[in-house]
Amino acid sequence: MDHDRPSPPPLLPEPPIRLDPAARSTRVDLISFAVDSPVPRRGSRADSERLATSQKELSDDDARLVYINDPAKTNERFEFAGNSIRTAKYSILTFLPRNLFEQFHRVAYVYFLVIAILNQLPQLAVFGRGASVLPLAFVLLVTAVKDAYEDWRRHRSDRIENGRVASVLADGGRQFQPMLWKDIRVGEIIKIAANETIPCDMVLLSTSDSTGVAYVQTINLDGESNLKTRYAKQETLSKSVDKEGFAGLIRCERPNRNIYGFHANMEIDGKKVSLGPSNIVLRGCELKNTAWAVGVAVYAGRETKVMLNSSGTPSKRSRLETHMNRETLLLSGLLIALSSVVCVLAGIWLGNHKDELDYSPYFRKRNFSSDDEKYYNYYGIGMQIFFTFLMSVIVFQIMIPISLYISMELVRLGQAYFMIRDASLYDEASNSRFQCRALNINEDLGQIKYVFSDKTGTLTENKMEFQCASIQGVDYSGGKASSPRDWEVCSVVVGNQFWRPKLLVKTDPELVRLLRSGRETREGMRAREFFLALAACNTIVPLTVETPDPKQKLIDYQGESPDEVALVYAAAAYGFVLVERTSGHIVIDVLGERLRFDVLGLHEFDSDRKRMSVIIGCPDKTVKLFVKGADNSMFGVIERSINLDIIHATETHLHAYSSLGLRTLVIGMRELGSAEFIDWQSAYEKASTALMGRGSLLRAVAANVECNLHILGASGIEDKLQRGVPEAIESLRQAGIKVWVLTGDKQETAISIGYSCRLLTSEMTQIVINSHSKDSCRKSLEDAIAMTNKLAAIFPGAQNTITGTGSPRIPLALIIDGTSLVYILETELEEELFKAATACDVVLCCRVAPLQKAGIVALIKNRTDDMTLAIGDGANDVSMIQMADVGVGISGQEGRQAVMASDFAMGQFRFLVPLLLVHGHWNYQRMAYMILYNFYRNAVFVFMLFWYVLYTAFSLTTAITEWSSVLYSVIYTALPTIVVGILDKDLSRKTLLKYPQLYGSGQREERYNLKLFILTMMDTVWQSLAIFFIPFLAYRHSTIDGSSLGDLWTLAVVILVNIHLAMDVLRWNWITHASIWGCIVATAICVIIIDSMPVLAGYWAIYHVMGTGLFWLLLLGITVAGMVPRFAMKAFTEYFFPSDIQIARELEKFGNLDAVAASEIPMSTFSPRHRRFI
Amino acid sequence: MMNNSGASAAGSSSGSGEGSAPRRNSKRPKYSRFTQQELPACKPILTPRWVISVFTLVGIIFVPIGVVSLMASHHVVEIVDRYDSACIPPNMTNDKVGYIQNAAIKKTCTRTLKVPKDMDRPVYVYYQLDNFYQNHRRYVKSRNDEQLRSKDKANDTSNCDPEATTHNGASILPCGLIAWSLFNDTYNFIRGNENITVNKKDISWKSDRDHKFGKDVYPKNFQNGTLIGGAKLDPNKSLSEQEDLIVWMRTAALPTFRKLYGRIEVDLKANDTITVTLENNYNTYSFSGKKKLVLSTTSWLGGKNNFLGIAYLTVGGLCFFLATAFTVVYLIKPRKLGDPSYLSWNRNPLGH
Repeated sequence: MDHDRPSPPPLLPEPPIRLDPAARSTRVDLISFAVDSPVPRRGSRADSERLATSQKELSDDDARLVYINDPAKTNERFEFAGNSIRTAKYSILTFLPRNLFEQFHRVAYVYFLVIAILNQLPQLAVFGRGASVLPLAFVLLVTAVKDAYEDWRRHRSDRIENGRVASVLADGGRQFQPMLWKDIRVGEIIKIAANETIPCDMVLLSTSDSTGVAYVQTINLDGESNLKTRYAKQETLSKSVDKEGFAGLIRCERPNRNIYGFHANMEIDGKKVSLGPSNIVLRGCELKNTAWAVGVAVYAGRETKVMLNSSGTPSKRSRLETHMNRETLLLSGLLIALSSVVCVLAGIWLGNHKDELDYSPYFRKRNFSSDDEKYYNYYGIGMQIFFTFLMSVIVFQIMIPISLYISMELVRLGQAYFMIRDASLYDEASNSRFQCRALNINEDLGQIKYVFSDKTGTLTENKMEFQCASIQGVDYSGGKASSPRDWEVCSVVVGNQFWRPKLLVKTDPELVRLLRSGRETREGMRAREFFLALAACNTIVPLTVETPDPKQKLIDYQGESPDEVALVYAAAAYGFVLVERTSGHIVIDVLGERLRFDVLGLHEFDSDRKRMSVIIGCPDKTVKLFVKGADNSMFGVIERSINLDIIHATETHLHAYSSLGLRTLVIGMRELGSAEFIDWQSAYEKASTALMGRGSLLRAVAANVECNLHILGASGIEDKLQRGVPEAIESLRQAGIKVWVLTGDKQETAISIGYSCRLLTSEMTQIVINSHSKDSCRKSLEDAIAMTNKLAAIFPGAQNTITGTGSPRIPLALIIDGTSLVYILETELEEELFKAATACDVVLCCRVAPLQKAGIVALIKNRTDDMTLAIGDGANDVSMIQMADVGVGISGQEGRQAVMASDFAMGQFRFLVPLLLVHGHWNYQRMAYMILYNFYRNAVFVFMLFWYVLYTAFSLTTAITEWSSVLYSVIYTALPTIVVGILDKDLSRKTLLKYPQLYGSGQREERYNLKLFILTMMDTVWQSLAIFFIPFLAYRHSTIDGSSLGDLWTLAVVILVNIHLAMDVLRWNWITHASIWGCIVATAICVIIIDSMPVLAGYWAIYHVMGTGLFWLLLLGITVAGMVPRFAMKAFTEYFFPSDIQIARELEKFGNLDAVAASEIPMSTFSPRHRRFI
Repeated sequence: MMNNSGASAAGSSSGSGEGSAPRRNSKRPKYSRFTQQELPACKPILTPRWVISVFTLVGIIFVPIGVVSLMASHHVVEIVDRYDSACIPPNMTNDKVGYIQNAAIKKTCTRTLKVPKDMDRPVYVYYQLDNFYQNHRRYVKSRNDEQLRSKDKANDTSNCDPEATTHNGASILPCGLIAWSLFNDTYNFIRGNENITVNKKDISWKSDRDHKFGKDVYPKNFQNGTLIGGAKLDPNKSLSEQEDLIVWMRTAALPTFRKLYGRIEVDLKANDTITVTLENNYNTYSFSGKKKLVLSTTSWLGGKNNFLGIAYLTVGGLCFFLATAFTVVYLIKPRKLGDPSYLSWNRNPLGH
């Protein structure tokens, strides 16, 4: 997750500052006022663009009017949603119709329903009633039971959610009474106690804090576990709602999904007050560290932001399934063709035999048993043809494999089971297994071409660690070697208790010594000021946590920016412990001495200035300005005339830090003279109370005062890479997957992380696009395209589509920032960006907003057929995860928003490699084979029936009993394909990880494509011919009866399709053996059982036919003759035109894998230059 | 550097979804060869040796079987005599249907057969019908197996249309088109002056006689209608004794079929002349079907049919050919199995 994401967190800086006249008189010189405002606790993020919109008036048409404490009037004109929620889909009454309706969204089911209905017409009754309806009914029932169970669980959670209790200001009453969540209405006033969950979206009116601050934890909403601050408005703060009552009108925007945005205004006591996102608390958040908060409900139930956001993810369909639908259509065409052939031939036959049919014993058009000698079951030649057509559709119906849908679901379930159980996808640190949240896109994992990755929390651990500091031009980075031994250094004595920071940071002993001893030296003073700045110049709130030892308490620093948290912990480790922060002052324990500093003003971080500053009144009555910010912005405001050598030294250190991948910040300070302070103070006061353009005024004030700074130093914070990330990226790249990193981080950090995870390498040519207008964007993109073309011209023939396959081209990296993307995405420049980006090997997008992430994914998804995968861990990745073909959530220590939106969730980025290269590969090749096999299996049966129909006067008799026809795809041949679909694997995990290039077979769709389909179908026709005509010719002119021949065909087709499968099985274990041979045996048993029922026409036929030698010779002959072409093709192609997979299999089998591994080390290790020239 | 141990412990207890589970309650999947997909398995690979052996083996098995089958087929002696058109008096050839339907005309007909080779007993007598769709959907369905089996279901004539009931509504037993169209030509064989008896016992399946056709079920209202389909049944013989019916009711799979008529239990010598006196009753003329009389010995493979032998020889020969072809190509263009230099990404040399 990116903590300094650029645009979504519009915590608006509109601090109502009250000057305290009493305080003004306390000291004459400088500390003339105490700021009694919540300003300092504001998040360090602000958004300049949203300011403008928040100034805009809401027109009454777009607005929702909420009369505070008057729900009746509020709901009078418009019926706002109540607060009860409903995630369940069905009720008892609606279950059957709705569930069936939803199930029949599957075209295949409709098809089989139509077939079953047709079969019920007496003229068309091909199968018995039971036999025709049974399979469909079975499928529907299983799915319905599954759905019912899931819905029951949703019902249960809804009931629990709706039945929770909140205290609500009773109508007209003057006191809070408990009320069920589901009964809460918009306009009601609700009181929340500490640690309670907020029942609906509400505007804060007052809190237990005198300044109106409330802390909320938004983990359920956006997954961030830190505390956020929300404010009640000054105007409402003072009112005691339960005594005086409360009246007012809130005009707010319509319900929407934006959890970071809210704008509204409130009319109260005749005043109009504007409200922003910092004034609203959202359903699902928890109130923390605040005794109570009172608010008025503005959005309830399904209109709350959390519910609007949780609206179901659109269901995804796998690429293979989409392609499968294409082939299903082809097969339907084939079905119709076969049926047409049959009905045309039947028509011709009827025409030719028109005169004979009255009396012919096998047709007997006339019925003589009644007087009128009417036709028996004959409706004229036209109708006969029509009925023949419908009947042939019924007879050939399994050309469309209904069981395939069930088999696929079972196979995916099995695959998911193995993915979940895979020990190598288990994350020890978070104790989390792999999660398969979407069950229908397993096989997509084997075809990914683009991976879009978030950076923070995905590539990195999102645990910021203070690593080193450069103070006064001296680099202190020796902390790594030492161990955190001195507890007493940073523990603080409060009364009789010891408080110590929760996290300990290793310290540089020299720097510690300097701080301890060098109180008088200049270096010592500077170092102290440096750490004072770290401890003071932030928005961190220290919280104390009890420990089992009553004498000891832990200080837990909470803040929105993990960098700041890391800096404050670092300051604490060096003895500058931030102990207390209130609105007006902070208390810092400086090396054992508790000092109180007044916070006189705070200029928040914004993306234009890229720095923040704080103005502190020190105990020695000086006023100091501390500034910290990004290096490029800071060097602009640092006084360069003095200490030039220090500045140079610091710059050198900064360069060294960032090339190590550290996040750097530069810290500066200066003392404010009294005149300057008074100037600033009045400007600040004016800006803070301005009604219009407050934000820009404040920025101007900040820019005025942040100048001529003395440099104190710089800090290096490590955002630690997750384990195995560089290796994972290298593997993915070798597998021909393009990894794009989309991050909210700033460009420098992104690039340095890019280097440290080997996404970027030193020989790459970087194309950087940082533009602030559409025209410059266009120009940059054109330049970039020109550059790629130029490089392509230098190295003709080099293909960059599959990197890692030895393209000798200079690799290119495109680095683009969010500001440029604003001008590119969703304009005509997208096409240019697409061209440039796909020509580059690596794309790095920095400072991108969540929606831009989705936009970039869409850029690829809409323009190519390539599969995309997005991986991320935070709420800001949700849109990207949902947009991509496959969304993967990192279930790290942060929240669950990304996981909830994802299709798969896992603990670590590096698991992507086994997930894609191993499981994805397996899933793809298994599923691809299974689909083709199922098509083949059913088609061979249908063709066999078809040939027979040609010898029955086109009357659609089947020699095979109707039960065998029905059971064929359900029992006779179903299990082996499922088992093979779950268990078969072409290559071992080891091989697949060793040769990532093998992944290419999925990307190139080698295992399932139209060519393979057509080849399979040709094979199918041959096999069906063998099955039909060998017995046909052998039994020509014999006494063979229909049932015996039918039994022979049944057994032959089952044996043949199972042998076919057996020939393609790549790895035989006992389960495979059991299922394949077991199925043949089961078929024989079924046939024997069916033939043991005297009421059926085929009674005892199988016993008779099995007693003849011809029968066995025919079975053998059919099997061999049917398989010869396929076997020969397979043998020849595998030996003379081997695929990579085939060679890898041989490598695996013939053992010298390890020997090869040794000789190949230079090419598979991470030296790209080597690899490219091999 | 920060000390992470404290942090990760604290972090995991608050961060992990299922919350309160203590640390030792690890969700690490239990290791088993099954769950890790590492079951012991055989990984067959089609090496040249395997391919060549398989093809050769199939050839070695198939060619002898083919030869033996052909020989068996050759040893079968078969006399086929088509008599449907020959038995029509010359004056009636233009109205075959009128001839066959005219009960007044005597249908006896004499055919002379010459035995080409010695035929050892038993010699099977078949009638063969051509172009008779006993597998027509309307036909195969027109029967009621319940009725044939048990006395209680005598009136169960469902599925039997259009031969379910007589004109006055009485149910027919056996009902349905199949029974109605029972074949009714009869054959008498005379060699020289000696009458050859045809044993018509046990020509049907024992299973059918015992379980499918009731011992206490007698024909009723059979062939009483205006349109006579074929043979009449002796109402005093139970269905299980009506072997011609039982044979006929085992509907043939293909439109050209033979049905067993009986067995001649004497040896026939080569050049014997057999005179067949037949009653040409059965109407195949209305749908231009052919009727043939077949006398045949059998082998272990059944009747005379060269197809199986030829098919086996062809497949066996093909396999030998494939084995040779594979060997030749293998010798010309050998490939070392499992040589990584064949991998596509290793094959692509610079400037390729």
